[in-house]
Amino acid sequence: MKKKYSIFALIKNSLSYHENWQKAWRNPEPKSKYDAVIIGGGGHGLASAYYLAKEHNFKNIAVLEKGWIGGGNTGRNTTIIRSNYLWDASAGLYDHALKIWENLSQELNYNVMFSQRGVMNLAHNQHDVRELKRRTHANRLNGIDCEWLNVEQVKKFCPIINCSPNIRYPVMGSTLQRRAGTARHDAVAWGYARGADAMGVDIIQNCEVKGIKRNGDSVEGIETTKGFIRTKKIGVVAAGHSSVIANMAGIRLPLESKPLQALVSEPIKPIIDTVVMSNAVHAYVSQSDKGELVIGAGTDAYISYTQKGTHEIIEGTLKAILELYPIFSRLRMLRQWGGVVDICPDASPLISKTSIKGLYFNCGWGTGGFKATPGSGHLFAHTIAKDEPHALNASFNINRFVSGDLVDEHGAAAVAH
Amino acid sequence: MFLIKCPFCGERDHSEFSYGGEAHLVRPKQPTELSDDQWAEYLFMRKNIKGLQYERWNHLHGCRRWFNMARDTSNDKIHSVYKIGEKPSK
Repeated sequence: MKKKYSIFALIKNSLSYHENWQKAWRNPEPKSKYDAVIIGGGGHGLASAYYLAKEHNFKNIAVLEKGWIGGGNTGRNTTIIRSNYLWDASAGLYDHALKIWENLSQELNYNVMFSQRGVMNLAHNQHDVRELKRRTHANRLNGIDCEWLNVEQVKKFCPIINCSPNIRYPVMGSTLQRRAGTARHDAVAWGYARGADAMGVDIIQNCEVKGIKRNGDSVEGIETTKGFIRTKKIGVVAAGHSSVIANMAGIRLPLESKPLQALVSEPIKPIIDTVVMSNAVHAYVSQSDKGELVIGAGTDAYISYTQKGTHEIIEGTLKAILELYPIFSRLRMLRQWGGVVDICPDASPLISKTSIKGLYFNCGWGTGGFKATPGSGHLFAHTIAKDEPHALNASFNINRFVSGDLVDEHGAAAVAH
Repeated sequence: MFLIKCPFCGERDHSEFSYGGEAHLVRPKQPTELSDDQWAEYLFMRKNIKGLQYERWNHLHGCRRWFNMARDTSNDKIHSVYKIGEKPSK
């Protein structure tokens, strides 16, 4: 039985110098057979397991993670959460996630530090203005809060932005979603892991998948570095490595994996209390609770699994940051990293069945998966348990690349690829 | 970050080049005769290999010519560079 986190637990444990906290999750050896197995112990995978156990009564399930949980893209993103996507299908998907975020800390009894500080998307040219105004209207029609700010309002809402008309890409306005914001990325993985573990889910770390065993058109089990695991249902949530798992199962996906970079500055006093994104000059920035500026850069143009990324991507982003925020010019950068993101041709994800019975994929989140973590897990659990998609993820099936019914979100994805 | 040896110009920084995706994909001769599945397979489905990949590059800020390259996508190491129409050396 998991002990609840509370102010009383905190006081009680402080008396023993915080040395006797209960372990947040077990560290079990894999059993030989499970009802369902999730491959990938990031936020999406752990959330999928959590909702499978909680809402679909799957108790005999496991999450396999080749490294440690939350050590991949969950721990490598810029933690931005928003739902201001253009098309109805995406609006439904991302706002479903946002609604779960709003209550997630309470539900998990784990502080995910969800902060609805607002997200701005800047316009720098006439086309941006038209596109973003169109998106504002589309969002409102879908019941998603979104407003348009003119230049004076931008200056008032975020005073450190350089709104001079004389810069290379002047600010011509912005959208603002006030319900959007950020959350603590690690806490999301840990909270879901703790919640899933409490319901009996086996979280198996340092267990790499080596092969998918098929029996004709259905799955039989998984070869891993910790032995063979028999199961009838496999949910793959492997982000940048989704194609690697797909190749093991003998299918192909419409994905390309590329390094996406981010960096943080040295910590400074509070200076920016919102999230500002700019699609056209490709820079986005927010400030963490520790005071570091969290800056997002772009993807490299070529396939790579190196988790590094090239220098000129960062250089381009920092040039844009310096022009938009001259006040940052003396800041030193603390660290830089890359994550391998799997990008679909239409910049929308796949939460889908496949041609193989019992094999499900949740991937293609590309440059913006973190925001969808709770909704993605919730809908994927439904898809696995019922063997059919939920109404909210029906559009995000693999078959859309055959039918042509794509969900083109290159504009709202906000990272150029 | 890596250097690419253009078969026409020699070794240059990779920022002079632009990536052209998986190589040796042959456009079907008669697309009208394909089923939707086959067309999707050609148009969208990719190997997205972690390991040795054959790919196309263009020396955009140089001679502007296309060529093929064999690169290990797990460490960005380039194994060989060869011209369009040639087979990769083993």
